[in-house]
Amino acid sequence: MTNLTVVELSRLQFALTALYHFLFVPLTLGLSVILAAIETVYVITGKPIYKDMTQFWGKLFGINFALGVATGLTMEFEFGTNWSMYSHFVGDVFGTPLAIEGLMAFFLESTFVGLMIFGWDRLSRPAHLAVTYLVALGSNLSALWILIANGFMQYPVGARFDPDTMRMQFTSLYDLIFSEDAQAKFVHTSIAGFVSAAMFVMGISAYYLLNKRHRAFAARSFRIAALFGLISTLAVITLGDALGRSDYLLQQTKIAAIEGLWHTTKPPYEPWKLVALPDDATQSDVFSIGLPYVLTPLVTHSFTEPIPGIIELEQEARPKIVNGIQAVLALHDYARTRSPEALAAFRKNEDDMGYGLLAQRYAPGQDLAAITKADLPGVVDRTARATIPNVFVEFWSFRIMMALGFAFLAVFAFAAYFSLRNRLERQPWILWLAMLFIPLPVLASEFGWIVAENGRQPWTVFGWLPTFQSASTHSVGYLLFSLIGFALIYTCFIAAELYLMFKYARIGPATGASETPQPAAGPHSADTSGYAEKPWQ
Amino acid sequence: MELYVALKVIWAFLLGVLLTGLAVMVGMDMGVGTMLRFVGRSDLERRAALNAIGPHWDGNQVWFVLGGGAIFAAFPTLYATSFSTFYVVMILLLFSMILRPLAFEYRSKVDASRWRATWDWAFLVSGAVPMFVFGAAFGNVLQGVGFHFTWDGQYFQDESFIWYLLNPFAILCGLMSVALSLYQGGTMLVMRTEQPIAARAERIAVAGGRIAALLFAIGGIWVSLMKGFVFTAPVDPAMAATPLHGPAVARQAGAWLGNFHAHPALWAIPAAGFLGMIAGSLALRAGFAVLGWWLGALAWVGTIFTVGVAMFPFLMPSTTAPAQSLTVWNASGSAYNLTWMLVFALIFTPAIIAYTGWAFRVMRGRVKTDSIAHDEHSY
Repeated sequence: MTNLTVVELSRLQFALTALYHFLFVPLTLGLSVILAAIETVYVITGKPIYKDMTQFWGKLFGINFALGVATGLTMEFEFGTNWSMYSHFVGDVFGTPLAIEGLMAFFLESTFVGLMIFGWDRLSRPAHLAVTYLVALGSNLSALWILIANGFMQYPVGARFDPDTMRMQFTSLYDLIFSEDAQAKFVHTSIAGFVSAAMFVMGISAYYLLNKRHRAFAARSFRIAALFGLISTLAVITLGDALGRSDYLLQQTKIAAIEGLWHTTKPPYEPWKLVALPDDATQSDVFSIGLPYVLTPLVTHSFTEPIPGIIELEQEARPKIVNGIQAVLALHDYARTRSPEALAAFRKNEDDMGYGLLAQRYAPGQDLAAITKADLPGVVDRTARATIPNVFVEFWSFRIMMALGFAFLAVFAFAAYFSLRNRLERQPWILWLAMLFIPLPVLASEFGWIVAENGRQPWTVFGWLPTFQSASTHSVGYLLFSLIGFALIYTCFIAAELYLMFKYARIGPATGASETPQPAAGPHSADTSGYAEKPWQ
Repeated sequence: MELYVALKVIWAFLLGVLLTGLAVMVGMDMGVGTMLRFVGRSDLERRAALNAIGPHWDGNQVWFVLGGGAIFAAFPTLYATSFSTFYVVMILLLFSMILRPLAFEYRSKVDASRWRATWDWAFLVSGAVPMFVFGAAFGNVLQGVGFHFTWDGQYFQDESFIWYLLNPFAILCGLMSVALSLYQGGTMLVMRTEQPIAARAERIAVAGGRIAALLFAIGGIWVSLMKGFVFTAPVDPAMAATPLHGPAVARQAGAWLGNFHAHPALWAIPAAGFLGMIAGSLALRAGFAVLGWWLGALAWVGTIFTVGVAMFPFLMPSTTAPAQSLTVWNASGSAYNLTWMLVFALIFTPAIIAYTGWAFRVMRGRVKTDSIAHDEHSY
């Protein structure tokens, strides 16, 4: 019998370690690309200021990268240490993208990051540039394979459940890689990383501009970051919309929870809820304020398609649960007898097996065979209710993420505008805003993770394996040991990281090259238009 | 031979290659970390030792990550079961191992002796603990592990973690692993650092090599006497990959020597291990550090493949439910998965070897102690 406390503690530990890992990953993804861009300018123009920029942002990249690597180690092994049933159930298909990530991406990124830091004096300029490109390529390829793996949890394609091995067996590499969910999520997530990095570079540059230090250096970094951030934010919003539509097609319970839809919508009037207080217990809103006519086109990209509501989705799940219970009972029979009749009985309902596994949680003694005729409606009721993720969490995580996204758009737009007009130093408010906004894109990414993974509940593999069955059968003591240990170590880590980040951001770029005008960066050189009249040139 | 069987055997071999790569490359860096406080008496000397592996530790560490990913994909049930069985030990490994990236990146970024001393201790812990756990895991697997599965593939642990931490044979294997890592790390420092760091590193490496050879010999005798595992009914290597319906398995003293008795040529593998350890120490003494490094790698090949060959086809036998022991035949991925993984491995492994070699070539030569003080890029 599954100990639900252990499952909840395992979930808590996974969420903490994943959210913590995800504090550092977005910055790595984006900063590697920004570094590659700046170094390209350096190699083309030969101006030392761009070398200073690459080296300075590279140093902050290194401080962040170390934590990304350290916390990533935990992730690679936590499936095995804490989710043994899950690992056994999907390892044949889920482990593969993780292994390919190591072979194709992480080796590339990690081998060349050493040369990127240590190789300045040992490599020619183009060779060092190539190394930086490979780091950026490696880290983003790494995100691709991780999100392909995650895509399988959200929308399991490319594998079939096999009753002989009691697990999902890999059937199509193509389907796995080109899963609609995985592709939509990869571009949305990695470009969200670009936004984080752009805000990071822009905010720290704003700090120098406010303090009138390293001005040429900071003004250039600011402009690159503002433009990069503006384009990236536009892309993230567009791609987020595409991801929402793919959720509407593939994960209806998730989209219903995100939008707080208790009932199937009646287009076209249906309002998009701007603010609401959804109550999961009564399955209704305490109050809500909505914008009429917005919801249907926003989610479905049409004016006529209805979006299924939570109460209707629960009704749809009921027959699946009844069939699923039959499937699991037949599977158990097959495991004992290996008889073709049991296999045939299983095959009849195999697509609903996951719902039967989910029902185990609500069966007497977690044993489906013990369900009596009188119990059945109650078990089906509770299981149906369990197919819906927590609406309050989903609704608000999504709205915070989205509001932050639009706030970034505004900040980047103003920042880019004033930077291009060379009016930054006369607009200290935008500099202040840029500085204060540094942590917010990372926060938005964290909420994005919650939307994606809370919205996947109650499944680890959507529709196939319930979360409560996925965890290792440890004792509570083991979990407390690891959970407290991770909390303590990670707290020390983040303290050390923030201390060093602040220290090096305060020190600023190491050499004096950017303080003194460089001959090559003079008023008439090609790419300094807009800087020509400035006093610091 | 059926294709699926061939794939299973190839991936069992590649598992050995991965574990060896991990042991050689990560073990080298961890050996340097463990001995850091002893080879470097001053801060500059310690920084010299760190910078000798500074450009490479991150790339090397991917062997560890790839090891995790490849076991997950190629032997999913082994991944699921072993890491959960060794839970507390694995978590200790993770706790210590995650200190290392920060220790490298953060240690020299603050010029305060207490800060640096703290990270130097972190290097010791993050070098010695993971290597000890790595070796101890082999020790436990050889003795068999207490676990069983229920009908749906859910795994249950039947022994407490104290046994996995503190049984004598596991401790012996753990110490041997630490000794070999000290050998490999010391050899690297002999190649890459100046005197007196190199001389101290050489002493530690030679001692490590000799201790490893001694422990390997004791371990070998121990294994020949301990209860191994054998099939007592015919087994179909092409079977569906599940531990639930396997043939009967018995525990017999000396069973781990069965493969060697059947194929005497296999004795060459432990012999190669001994050769690596003993000749390596001699080569190092004679001033052939590069040769010494490769002989250290040979020692790891000999050690890990000796365990693999002795146990084959067992991967992780169960003491409490022997018929559910995990083997190459019943714990592997599907044929489709193993095929694609092989394709990716064949494409990317040569590339990885090529660019890793290039990275070592670019950074070749000794780390100059006096130049570190002025180089803002160094650790």
